[in-house]
Amino acid sequence: MVYTPQLRELMKKVEESRSSRVGVVYPRMSPEERREVLQKFHPDYIEDGFRNIEVGIDKGVRMPTEMADIFESYSRLKLNEIDLAAEPDYDVDVLIIGGGGAGASAALEAHKAGADVLVTTKLRFGDANTMMAQGGIQAADKENDTPAIHYLDVIGGGRLENVPELARALVMDAPLVIKWLEDMGAMFDKKEDGTMITGHGGGTSRKRMHTARDYTGAEIMRTLRDEVYNKKINVVEFSPAVELIVDQKGRAAGAVLYNLETGQYLFARAKTVIIATGGSGRLHYRGFPTSNHYGATADGLIIGYRAGAKTIYADSIQYHPTGGAYPPQLLGLLVTEKTRGLGATPLNINGEQFVYHLETRDVESSAIIRECEERGLGVPLPTGITAVWLDSPLIELIHGEGTIERQLPAMLRQFQRFDVDIRTEPMLIYPTLHYQNGGLLIDDSARSSVENLLVAGETAGGIHGTNRLMGNSLLDIIVFGRRAGRNAAEQSKDMNVPEGLNLDHIESYHRELEQSGVPADRVGPMLLPHYTHR
Amino acid sequence: MSEAGKESIKMVDIYIMGKHYAVPETLTIMDAMEYAGYRLTRGCGCRAGFCGACATVYRLAGDYELKVGLACQTRVEEGMYLAQLPFFPGRKADFDLEEIKPSVADFARLYPEVFRCLGCNSCSKVCPQDIDVMQYIAYIQRGDFAKAADLSFDCLMCGLCVSRCPVNIVHYNAALTARRLYSRYIAKPDPFLEQRTRAIEEGTMDAEIDQLVAADKEKLQKLYNNREIEK
Repeated sequence: MVYTPQLRELMKKVEESRSSRVGVVYPRMSPEERREVLQKFHPDYIEDGFRNIEVGIDKGVRMPTEMADIFESYSRLKLNEIDLAAEPDYDVDVLIIGGGGAGASAALEAHKAGADVLVTTKLRFGDANTMMAQGGIQAADKENDTPAIHYLDVIGGGRLENVPELARALVMDAPLVIKWLEDMGAMFDKKEDGTMITGHGGGTSRKRMHTARDYTGAEIMRTLRDEVYNKKINVVEFSPAVELIVDQKGRAAGAVLYNLETGQYLFARAKTVIIATGGSGRLHYRGFPTSNHYGATADGLIIGYRAGAKTIYADSIQYHPTGGAYPPQLLGLLVTEKTRGLGATPLNINGEQFVYHLETRDVESSAIIRECEERGLGVPLPTGITAVWLDSPLIELIHGEGTIERQLPAMLRQFQRFDVDIRTEPMLIYPTLHYQNGGLLIDDSARSSVENLLVAGETAGGIHGTNRLMGNSLLDIIVFGRRAGRNAAEQSKDMNVPEGLNLDHIESYHRELEQSGVPADRVGPMLLPHYTHR
Repeated sequence: MSEAGKESIKMVDIYIMGKHYAVPETLTIMDAMEYAGYRLTRGCGCRAGFCGACATVYRLAGDYELKVGLACQTRVEEGMYLAQLPFFPGRKADFDLEEIKPSVADFARLYPEVFRCLGCNSCSKVCPQDIDVMQYIAYIQRGDFAKAADLSFDCLMCGLCVSRCPVNIVHYNAALTARRLYSRYIAKPDPFLEQRTRAIEEGTMDAEIDQLVAADKEKLQKLYNNREIEK
């Protein structure tokens, strides 16, 4: 009903060709074809969207322009607004900045190791990309699969640019993570006999995608959150960290928190600090819509960088091939990769498939952009953009009626709310800004290049090289969240309370900014995107 | 945007907490609030219908019936009077999952109010996910945690059910406890998972992966390009 008569006319071509497409496998691209489509169409390769930053430890490193602008920004804090010689508002062993899947996992493990833990988060506890991850979590826990096979998928998909020790940690911990979550009561899709139901994702060579319907991330997040509350771990909401505090030797020693509701600054002293603030999709690189959470504004990247944490692959951004394109209320919304995993294929204006439906995300996105931009075979929308079809009704033809309702209830519901029935009507999709492949560089114990500062989750980089596979992000946040929590707690056991708390690194960063001529009104971190009166 | 362009967008009158704003009719409630100038902190989360931050109660002009929806998933309508429910002080029972069992007795200790349900069905009527909330509460009362877990699964924990319950049941927390009990004690363990985790912990999976970790890129690329893919 919401599709216009013009769109309905075009949709007929999809319907006409549907039955002839069942069981026909579109050929995968050769390595050369993959390279070519990436270089010509992937936004990471389009030079005018990037520049080199001029300040800080990674001076000269290439970043998306919007990220560089935020990196080259002045503190929100006027340095006389907080007295670090006063009694701290919070005094803990482990301070965890961020209340998503990585932060919650870190909190549970740090608490288990005996540490006094504080979790501080910008919005509500659990407001994070974790909550929105639909498609699944990978783990090599079947007899025909091993962590080594998983490893090869991870680094092949990551263009062989992954830090090997990080990719190794990711895949080796994966089955342990599934067991940890299940023992905690997270409900994965299983057969009667207990066997995990697993499927493919883009770039997987084994069916190792574990799911919880299409609420996989939500199921994991709400279980972790419930357990953090059960353990009575202190969680402070609506209080983002706006700056790290360091000790007299420049080591991480706490953070300045900003109460979003009262406008007050507070500070936490901590022996170790874990940054787990997630990604940066709300910076809307190159004007792309995003599938990310409202709070994904790169806050942790920036405060970590100001304190001297090195970055890796800051210029590598993942565009998810299937973002909602129409109706306009769904623009940018993630259409889970599980939709393609179940057999839905992208089609052009003529109802023809133009790319294998489970290429890695970077290649699949580039092929869709090529179809619309170079070949002119996209579907023109009333909103002025072009898109391609994603033939979801094909799923019902392949797996039988009722599959979408059982396997994709969230997707079905979201489109129904805006009068599209994806069981009978194909979706309209276009790539959406989805994930920050890079981030702050860590080692396999989740330590950054700044002493006593650990990083986990989407803020960390190196694990996925320059392209992450579906199902490895939910995995990554738990694997490195747990490692960060454990290691921070262990380390803090032998430490004294930090002394000489200061923000000298901010003063010197400001001097660099001034020398580079950065305008004084550029302030960060952003905390919340500006959507008023848009 | 040109003046002519502006005219082509139909505007509707809405009332945010009683205050009038004219907004384009294509917007969701959330976008409309931002269009009106609100910088959201509470009442806004994932913006995609997963997090339950933006439960909204509204009524249309001339109608007495209260309706509900998620602000990010509901389009504005002419004459909409709306307010958000950004937080609800529902109680959560703390428990140690290893110390409780999926039994009615244990559940009644954690959430005694669940057993005082009057059967008014207000919870189901108000659920923006269209979950049969009262039914899963009934399953819990009967100790059928498998059915309660299944039926409550799509809950976003927005809190609207709790806001309407005359006996103060905190449905979403009860449901989460039921699901955790089901998964921990009733669903059968995967027959192979235990074996695999043991192998990893004992180090028997190390040799195979360490070969790959040590390999050069050329060799890895070749292995990757020629890897066998499960049908």
